[in-house]
Amino acid sequence: MTVLKETRVLVVRVGDVVVKAHQPGTDEAWLRARLGVAQELPEVMLAPLALEWLDGGSPHGGRLVTIWPAGVALSPDDLNEADDLDRADGRDGGRDGGRDGGGAPWEEGGRLLARLHAHPPPTGLPPAGGPARVAGAVAGLAEVGLPSRVLAPIRAAYGTLPPFPFSAPAGKRAPRLTHGDWHLGQLVEHRGRWLLIDPDDLGVGDPAWDLARPAAWFAAGLLEPDAWDRFLSAYLAAGGTAVSARDPWRELDLPARALTVQLAATAVAAAARAGDPLDDAATAMLSSCERIAATARSRT
Amino acid sequence: MECPKCRGHMRTYERNGVHIEQCDNCRGIFLDHGELEALTRMESQWAQQHHAPPPAPGGPAWGAPHHGHYGHHRNRSWVGMLFSS
Repeated sequence: MTVLKETRVLVVRVGDVVVKAHQPGTDEAWLRARLGVAQELPEVMLAPLALEWLDGGSPHGGRLVTIWPAGVALSPDDLNEADDLDRADGRDGGRDGGRDGGGAPWEEGGRLLARLHAHPPPTGLPPAGGPARVAGAVAGLAEVGLPSRVLAPIRAAYGTLPPFPFSAPAGKRAPRLTHGDWHLGQLVEHRGRWLLIDPDDLGVGDPAWDLARPAAWFAAGLLEPDAWDRFLSAYLAAGGTAVSARDPWRELDLPARALTVQLAATAVAAAARAGDPLDDAATAMLSSCERIAATARSRT
Repeated sequence: MECPKCRGHMRTYERNGVHIEQCDNCRGIFLDHGELEALTRMESQWAQQHHAPPPAPGGPAWGAPHHGHYGHHRNRSWVGMLFSS
Protein backbone atom coordinates (compact mmCIF):
# COMPACT_ATOMS: atom_id res chain seq x y z
CA MET A 1 0.00 0.00 0.00
CA THR A 2 1.28 3.45 -0.91
CA VAL A 3 -0.08 6.61 0.69
CA LEU A 4 -0.41 9.11 -2.18
CA LYS A 5 -1.94 11.96 -0.25
CA GLU A 6 -2.85 12.62 3.35
CA THR A 7 -4.44 15.97 3.98
CA ARG A 8 -8.15 16.43 4.60
CA VAL A 9 -8.59 13.59 2.14
CA LEU A 10 -6.61 10.36 2.27
CA VAL A 11 -5.56 8.67 -0.98
CA VAL A 12 -3.84 5.28 -0.98
CA ARG A 13 -2.88 2.94 -3.77
CA VAL A 14 -3.41 -0.80 -3.28
CA GLY A 15 -2.27 -2.83 -6.28
CA ASP A 16 -4.32 -1.83 -9.32
CA VAL A 17 -6.74 0.42 -7.47
CA VAL A 18 -6.61 3.76 -5.71
CA VAL A 19 -8.80 4.29 -2.65
CA LYS A 20 -9.81 7.80 -1.65
CA ALA A 21 -11.34 8.63 1.73
CA HIS A 22 -13.25 11.87 1.21
CA GLN A 23 -13.37 14.74 3.70
CA PRO A 24 -15.50 14.08 6.77
CA GLY A 25 -18.89 15.69 6.19
CA THR A 26 -18.86 15.14 2.42
CA ASP A 27 -22.43 15.26 1.08
CA GLU A 28 -23.23 11.80 -0.32
CA ALA A 29 -25.88 12.97 -2.81
CA TRP A 30 -23.52 15.61 -4.20
CA LEU A 31 -20.64 13.16 -4.42
CA ARG A 32 -22.86 10.63 -6.21
CA ALA A 33 -23.96 13.29 -8.72
CA ARG A 34 -20.31 14.22 -9.33
CA LEU A 35 -19.23 10.60 -9.75
CA GLY A 36 -22.10 10.14 -12.19
CA VAL A 37 -20.59 12.82 -14.44
CA ALA A 38 -17.21 11.10 -14.35
CA GLN A 39 -18.93 7.86 -15.38
CA GLU A 40 -20.75 9.60 -18.23
CA LEU A 41 -17.55 11.09 -19.64
CA PRO A 42 -15.02 8.24 -19.72
CA GLU A 43 -12.98 9.99 -22.43
CA VAL A 44 -12.57 13.11 -20.31
CA MET A 45 -12.58 11.94 -16.69
CA LEU A 46 -11.34 8.82 -14.94
CA ALA A 47 -14.45 6.78 -14.08
CA PRO A 48 -14.81 5.47 -10.51
CA LEU A 49 -15.19 1.77 -9.72
CA ALA A 50 -17.23 2.09 -6.51
CA LEU A 51 -18.47 4.28 -3.67
CA GLU A 52 -18.57 2.85 -0.14
CA TRP A 53 -19.06 3.93 3.45
CA LEU A 54 -16.02 3.05 5.52
CA ASP A 55 -16.96 1.44 8.85
CA GLY A 56 -15.17 2.04 12.11
CA GLY A 57 -14.14 4.91 14.34
CA SER A 58 -12.16 8.05 13.68
CA PRO A 59 -10.08 9.21 11.96
CA HIS A 60 -11.09 7.30 8.84
CA GLY A 61 -14.22 5.41 9.92
CA GLY A 62 -17.62 6.74 8.96
CA ARG A 63 -16.23 8.34 5.85
CA LEU A 64 -17.21 8.08 2.22
CA VAL A 65 -14.65 6.19 0.21
CA THR A 66 -14.32 5.95 -3.57
CA ILE A 67 -12.35 3.31 -5.44
CA TRP A 68 -10.62 4.09 -8.73
CA PRO A 69 -8.51 2.32 -11.33
CA ALA A 70 -4.89 3.32 -10.75
CA GLY A 71 -3.59 5.66 -13.44
CA VAL A 72 -0.14 7.19 -13.75
CA ALA A 73 -0.36 10.66 -12.30
CA LEU A 74 1.76 13.44 -13.68
CA SER A 75 4.29 14.32 -11.00
CA PRO A 76 6.72 17.19 -10.37
CA ASP A 77 9.58 14.75 -11.11
CA ASP A 78 8.22 14.11 -14.62
CA LEU A 79 8.18 17.83 -15.19
CA ASN A 80 11.80 18.36 -14.22
CA GLU A 81 12.91 15.35 -16.25
CA ALA A 82 11.10 16.59 -19.33
CA ASP A 83 12.58 20.05 -18.90
CA ASP A 84 16.07 18.66 -18.60
CA LEU A 85 15.59 16.60 -21.75
CA ASP A 86 14.30 19.60 -23.63
CA ARG A 87 17.29 21.62 -22.67
CA ALA A 88 19.71 18.81 -23.53
CA ASP A 89 18.54 17.97 -27.02
CA GLY A 90 15.69 20.32 -27.84
CA ARG A 91 13.25 17.46 -28.41
CA ASP A 92 9.92 16.55 -26.95
CA GLY A 93 10.66 15.30 -23.47
CA GLY A 94 9.52 11.92 -22.24
CA ARG A 95 6.08 10.43 -22.62
CA ASP A 96 3.55 11.01 -25.37
CA GLY A 97 0.70 13.43 -25.04
CA GLY A 98 1.98 16.85 -25.96
CA ARG A 99 4.68 17.15 -23.33
CA ASP A 100 7.16 19.60 -24.80
CA GLY A 101 8.74 22.96 -24.13
CA GLY A 102 7.30 23.83 -20.74
CA GLY A 103 7.66 20.21 -19.65
CA ALA A 104 3.97 19.65 -18.88
CA PRO A 105 1.10 18.36 -21.01
CA TRP A 106 -0.52 21.80 -21.08
CA GLU A 107 -2.21 21.08 -24.41
CA GLU A 108 -3.81 17.91 -23.06
CA GLY A 109 -5.08 19.82 -20.04
CA GLY A 110 -6.58 22.51 -22.26
CA ARG A 111 -8.24 20.02 -24.57
CA LEU A 112 -9.72 17.96 -21.72
CA LEU A 113 -11.15 21.08 -20.06
CA ALA A 114 -12.66 22.22 -23.39
CA ARG A 115 -14.42 18.86 -23.73
CA LEU A 116 -15.61 18.94 -20.13
CA HIS A 117 -17.05 22.43 -20.62
CA ALA A 118 -18.88 21.33 -23.79
CA HIS A 119 -20.88 18.71 -21.88
CA PRO A 120 -24.31 19.93 -20.70
CA PRO A 121 -24.40 19.84 -16.89
CA PRO A 122 -26.86 17.19 -15.67
CA THR A 123 -29.65 18.21 -13.29
CA GLY A 124 -28.97 17.74 -9.60
CA LEU A 125 -25.31 18.64 -9.89
CA PRO A 126 -24.13 21.03 -7.12
CA PRO A 127 -22.31 24.31 -7.78
CA ALA A 128 -18.65 23.97 -8.78
CA GLY A 129 -16.35 24.20 -5.78
CA GLY A 130 -13.93 26.90 -6.98
CA PRO A 131 -15.43 29.93 -5.22
CA ALA A 132 -15.84 28.02 -1.94
CA ARG A 133 -12.14 27.13 -2.07
CA VAL A 134 -11.21 30.82 -2.34
CA ALA A 135 -13.41 31.70 0.63
CA GLY A 136 -12.02 28.74 2.58
CA ALA A 137 -8.40 29.74 1.92
CA VAL A 138 -9.05 33.30 3.10
CA ALA A 139 -10.93 32.09 6.18
CA GLY A 140 -7.99 29.79 6.94
CA LEU A 141 -5.71 32.81 7.36
CA ALA A 142 -7.36 33.49 10.73
CA GLU A 143 -6.03 30.17 12.07
CA VAL A 144 -2.37 31.10 11.61
CA GLY A 145 -0.47 34.04 13.01
CA LEU A 146 0.75 36.22 10.17
CA PRO A 147 2.18 39.75 10.13
CA SER A 148 0.00 42.44 8.59
CA ARG A 149 2.53 43.08 5.80
CA VAL A 150 1.65 39.56 4.58
CA LEU A 151 -2.07 39.69 5.33
CA ALA A 152 -2.76 43.23 4.07
CA PRO A 153 -2.12 42.63 0.35
CA ILE A 154 -4.16 39.40 0.38
CA ARG A 155 -7.09 41.09 2.10
CA ALA A 156 -6.82 44.11 -0.22
CA ALA A 157 -6.87 41.90 -3.33
CA TYR A 158 -9.75 39.88 -1.83
CA GLY A 159 -11.59 43.18 -1.39
CA THR A 160 -11.54 43.78 -5.15
CA LEU A 161 -13.76 40.70 -5.69
CA PRO A 162 -17.55 40.91 -5.75
CA PRO A 163 -19.30 39.14 -2.85
CA PHE A 164 -19.35 35.32 -2.72
CA PRO A 165 -19.62 33.42 -5.07
CA PHE A 166 -17.51 36.10 -6.77
CA SER A 167 -19.49 36.16 -10.02
CA ALA A 168 -19.42 39.14 -12.33
CA PRO A 169 -22.58 41.24 -11.89
CA ALA A 170 -23.01 42.10 -15.57
CA GLY A 171 -23.09 39.85 -18.60
CA LYS A 172 -23.71 36.69 -16.62
CA ARG A 173 -23.33 33.78 -18.99
CA ALA A 174 -24.97 30.39 -18.92
CA PRO A 175 -23.25 28.21 -16.32
CA ARG A 176 -21.40 25.16 -17.57
CA LEU A 177 -19.96 21.92 -16.28
CA THR A 178 -16.79 22.98 -14.46
CA HIS A 179 -14.01 20.95 -12.80
CA GLY A 180 -13.68 23.34 -9.89
CA ASP A 181 -10.09 22.63 -8.83
CA TRP A 182 -7.93 22.21 -11.90
CA HIS A 183 -4.15 22.03 -11.73
CA LEU A 184 -1.49 19.72 -13.18
CA GLY A 185 -1.94 17.19 -10.37
CA GLN A 186 -5.43 16.54 -11.77
CA LEU A 187 -4.07 14.79 -14.87
CA VAL A 188 -3.45 11.05 -15.01
CA GLU A 189 -2.50 8.77 -17.84
CA HIS A 190 -4.75 5.71 -17.94
CA ARG A 191 -4.64 3.08 -20.70
CA GLY A 192 -2.59 5.39 -22.89
CA ARG A 193 -4.71 8.52 -22.62
CA TRP A 194 -4.70 11.56 -20.37
CA LEU A 195 -7.77 12.03 -18.20
CA LEU A 196 -8.97 14.45 -15.54
CA ILE A 197 -9.30 13.16 -11.99
CA ASP A 198 -10.84 14.39 -8.73
CA PRO A 199 -14.53 15.23 -9.20
CA ASP A 200 -14.82 16.54 -5.61
CA ASP A 201 -15.35 20.13 -6.78
CA LEU A 202 -17.04 19.29 -10.08
CA GLY A 203 -20.24 21.21 -10.61
CA VAL A 204 -22.13 23.95 -12.35
CA GLY A 205 -20.20 27.19 -12.60
CA ASP A 206 -18.26 29.66 -14.69
CA PRO A 207 -15.87 27.51 -16.77
CA ALA A 208 -13.34 30.37 -16.89
CA TRP A 209 -12.53 29.39 -13.30
CA ASP A 210 -10.91 26.19 -14.62
CA LEU A 211 -8.42 28.31 -16.58
CA ALA A 212 -7.91 30.75 -13.74
CA ARG A 213 -5.15 28.97 -11.84
CA PRO A 214 -2.72 28.85 -14.81
CA ALA A 215 -3.87 32.39 -15.61
CA ALA A 216 -2.92 33.48 -12.09
CA TRP A 217 0.49 31.78 -12.38
CA PHE A 218 1.05 33.49 -15.74
CA ALA A 219 0.01 36.90 -14.39
CA ALA A 220 2.36 36.41 -11.42
CA GLY A 221 5.26 35.84 -13.80
CA LEU A 222 5.69 32.24 -12.65
CA LEU A 223 4.34 30.45 -15.71
CA GLU A 224 6.25 31.07 -18.90
CA PRO A 225 4.22 32.92 -21.57
CA ASP A 226 4.87 30.08 -24.01
CA ALA A 227 3.35 27.45 -21.70
CA TRP A 228 0.34 29.68 -20.98
CA ASP A 229 -0.13 30.28 -24.71
CA ARG A 230 0.03 26.54 -25.45
CA PHE A 231 -2.58 25.81 -22.79
CA LEU A 232 -4.97 28.56 -23.89
CA SER A 233 -4.50 27.92 -27.62
CA ALA A 234 -5.19 24.20 -27.19
CA TYR A 235 -8.28 25.01 -25.12
CA LEU A 236 -9.63 27.37 -27.79
CA ALA A 237 -8.70 25.10 -30.70
CA ALA A 238 -10.62 22.26 -29.02
CA GLY A 239 -13.73 24.45 -28.99
CA GLY A 240 -13.43 25.76 -25.43
CA THR A 241 -15.99 28.49 -24.81
CA ALA A 242 -15.05 29.86 -21.39
CA VAL A 243 -13.10 32.73 -22.95
CA SER A 244 -12.89 34.39 -26.35
CA ALA A 245 -9.74 34.27 -28.48
CA ARG A 246 -10.08 37.99 -29.11
CA ASP A 247 -10.07 39.05 -25.45
CA PRO A 248 -9.53 36.10 -23.10
CA TRP A 249 -8.80 38.32 -20.11
CA ARG A 250 -12.28 39.83 -20.21
CA GLU A 251 -13.55 36.59 -18.65
CA LEU A 252 -10.31 35.60 -16.94
CA ASP A 253 -9.57 38.76 -14.97
CA LEU A 254 -12.01 38.12 -12.13
CA PRO A 255 -11.40 34.38 -11.56
CA ALA A 256 -7.63 34.90 -11.98
CA ARG A 257 -7.74 37.55 -9.21
CA ALA A 258 -9.74 35.14 -7.06
CA LEU A 259 -7.24 32.30 -7.64
CA THR A 260 -4.32 34.65 -6.96
CA VAL A 261 -5.88 35.39 -3.57
CA GLN A 262 -6.41 31.66 -2.93
CA LEU A 263 -2.87 30.71 -3.98
CA ALA A 264 -1.34 33.49 -1.89
CA ALA A 265 -3.46 32.64 1.16
CA THR A 266 -2.72 28.91 0.88
CA ALA A 267 1.01 29.48 0.40
CA VAL A 268 1.49 31.90 3.31
CA ALA A 269 -0.63 29.74 5.65
CA ALA A 270 1.39 26.64 4.74
CA ALA A 271 4.66 28.50 5.36
CA ALA A 272 3.39 29.80 8.71
CA ARG A 273 2.24 26.34 9.84
CA ALA A 274 5.62 24.84 8.89
CA GLY A 275 7.52 27.75 10.45
CA ASP A 276 9.25 28.40 7.12
CA PRO A 277 10.03 31.74 5.48
CA LEU A 278 7.99 32.60 2.38
CA ASP A 279 9.39 30.95 -0.74
CA ASP A 280 9.64 32.48 -4.22
CA ALA A 281 6.23 31.23 -5.32
CA ALA A 282 4.48 32.63 -2.24
CA THR A 283 6.32 35.95 -2.65
CA ALA A 284 5.30 36.13 -6.32
CA MET A 285 1.63 35.56 -5.42
CA LEU A 286 1.83 38.25 -2.71
CA SER A 287 3.27 40.70 -5.25
CA SER A 288 0.37 39.85 -7.56
CA CYS A 289 -2.06 40.64 -4.73
CA GLU A 290 -0.36 44.02 -4.27
CA ARG A 291 -0.68 44.80 -7.98
CA ILE A 292 -4.35 43.73 -8.00
CA ALA A 293 -5.08 46.10 -5.12
CA ALA A 294 -3.05 48.94 -6.68
CA THR A 295 -4.80 48.53 -10.05
CA ALA A 296 -8.21 48.64 -8.35
CA ARG A 297 -7.21 51.79 -6.40
CA SER A 298 -6.04 53.52 -9.59
CA ARG A 299 -9.46 52.90 -11.16
CA THR A 300 -11.55 54.41 -8.39
CA MET B 1 -4.38 60.74 -63.74
CA GLU B 2 -7.99 61.60 -64.46
CA CYS B 3 -10.93 59.53 -63.26
CA PRO B 4 -12.53 57.72 -66.24
CA LYS B 5 -15.97 58.11 -64.64
CA CYS B 6 -16.23 61.64 -63.23
CA ARG B 7 -13.02 63.27 -64.47
CA GLY B 8 -11.91 63.90 -60.89
CA HIS B 9 -8.28 63.72 -59.77
CA MET B 10 -7.00 60.21 -58.96
CA ARG B 11 -4.50 59.70 -56.17
CA THR B 12 -2.14 56.70 -55.96
CA TYR B 13 -1.92 54.58 -52.82
CA GLU B 14 0.28 51.60 -52.15
CA ARG B 15 -0.94 48.82 -49.88
CA ASN B 16 1.32 45.77 -49.37
CA GLY B 17 2.86 46.13 -52.82
CA VAL B 18 -0.42 46.76 -54.66
CA HIS B 19 -0.89 50.13 -56.40
CA ILE B 20 -4.40 51.51 -56.09
CA GLU B 21 -5.66 54.67 -57.79
CA GLN B 22 -8.60 56.24 -56.03
CA CYS B 23 -10.63 59.23 -57.23
CA ASP B 24 -10.72 62.11 -54.73
CA ASN B 25 -14.18 63.06 -56.02
CA CYS B 26 -16.29 59.88 -56.50
CA ARG B 27 -14.01 57.52 -54.44
CA GLY B 28 -13.92 55.09 -57.36
CA ILE B 29 -10.90 52.76 -57.51
CA PHE B 30 -8.77 51.80 -60.53
CA LEU B 31 -6.61 48.66 -60.43
CA ASP B 32 -3.73 47.90 -62.83
CA HIS B 33 -3.50 44.57 -64.67
CA GLY B 34 -2.99 41.69 -62.19
CA GLU B 35 -3.67 43.77 -59.10
CA LEU B 36 -7.15 42.32 -58.52
CA GLU B 37 -5.55 38.85 -58.56
CA ALA B 38 -2.85 40.04 -56.15
CA LEU B 39 -5.52 41.32 -53.75
CA THR B 40 -7.50 38.09 -53.99
CA ARG B 41 -4.36 36.07 -53.29
CA MET B 42 -3.52 38.16 -50.25
CA GLU B 43 -7.07 37.87 -48.96
CA SER B 44 -7.02 34.07 -49.15
CA GLN B 45 -3.62 33.97 -47.40
CA TRP B 46 -5.00 36.15 -44.64
CA ALA B 47 -8.09 33.96 -44.33
CA GLN B 48 -5.94 30.81 -44.01
CA GLN B 49 -3.75 32.36 -41.36
CA HIS B 50 -6.78 33.55 -39.44
CA HIS B 51 -8.93 30.45 -39.78
CA ALA B 52 -8.18 29.42 -36.18
CA PRO B 53 -7.16 32.69 -34.60
CA PRO B 54 -4.60 32.32 -31.83
CA PRO B 55 -5.55 33.90 -28.53
CA ALA B 56 -4.72 37.55 -28.23
CA PRO B 57 -1.47 38.06 -26.37
CA GLY B 58 -1.42 40.10 -23.24
CA GLY B 59 -2.60 39.74 -19.73
CA PRO B 60 -4.46 41.54 -17.01
CA ALA B 61 -3.75 45.14 -16.04
CA TRP B 62 -2.24 43.81 -12.81
CA GLY B 63 0.06 41.26 -14.51
CA ALA B 64 3.73 41.02 -13.57
CA PRO B 65 5.85 43.34 -15.72
CA HIS B 66 8.32 40.60 -16.74
CA HIS B 67 6.41 37.49 -17.60
CA GLY B 68 8.37 34.28 -17.24
CA HIS B 69 10.96 35.90 -14.98
CA TYR B 70 10.81 33.00 -12.55
CA GLY B 71 10.49 30.40 -15.27
CA HIS B 72 14.19 30.12 -15.93
CA HIS B 73 15.08 29.28 -12.37
CA ARG B 74 12.05 27.27 -11.48
CA ASN B 75 12.36 25.87 -8.01
CA ARG B 76 10.59 23.35 -5.85
CA SER B 77 8.10 25.80 -4.41
CA TRP B 78 6.80 26.80 -7.82
CA VAL B 79 6.60 23.23 -9.08
CA GLY B 80 4.78 22.23 -5.89
CA MET B 81 2.21 24.95 -6.52
CA LEU B 82 1.53 23.56 -10.00
CA PHE B 83 0.36 20.31 -8.48
CA SER B 84 -1.51 21.21 -5.32
CA SER B 85 -5.07 22.24 -4.60
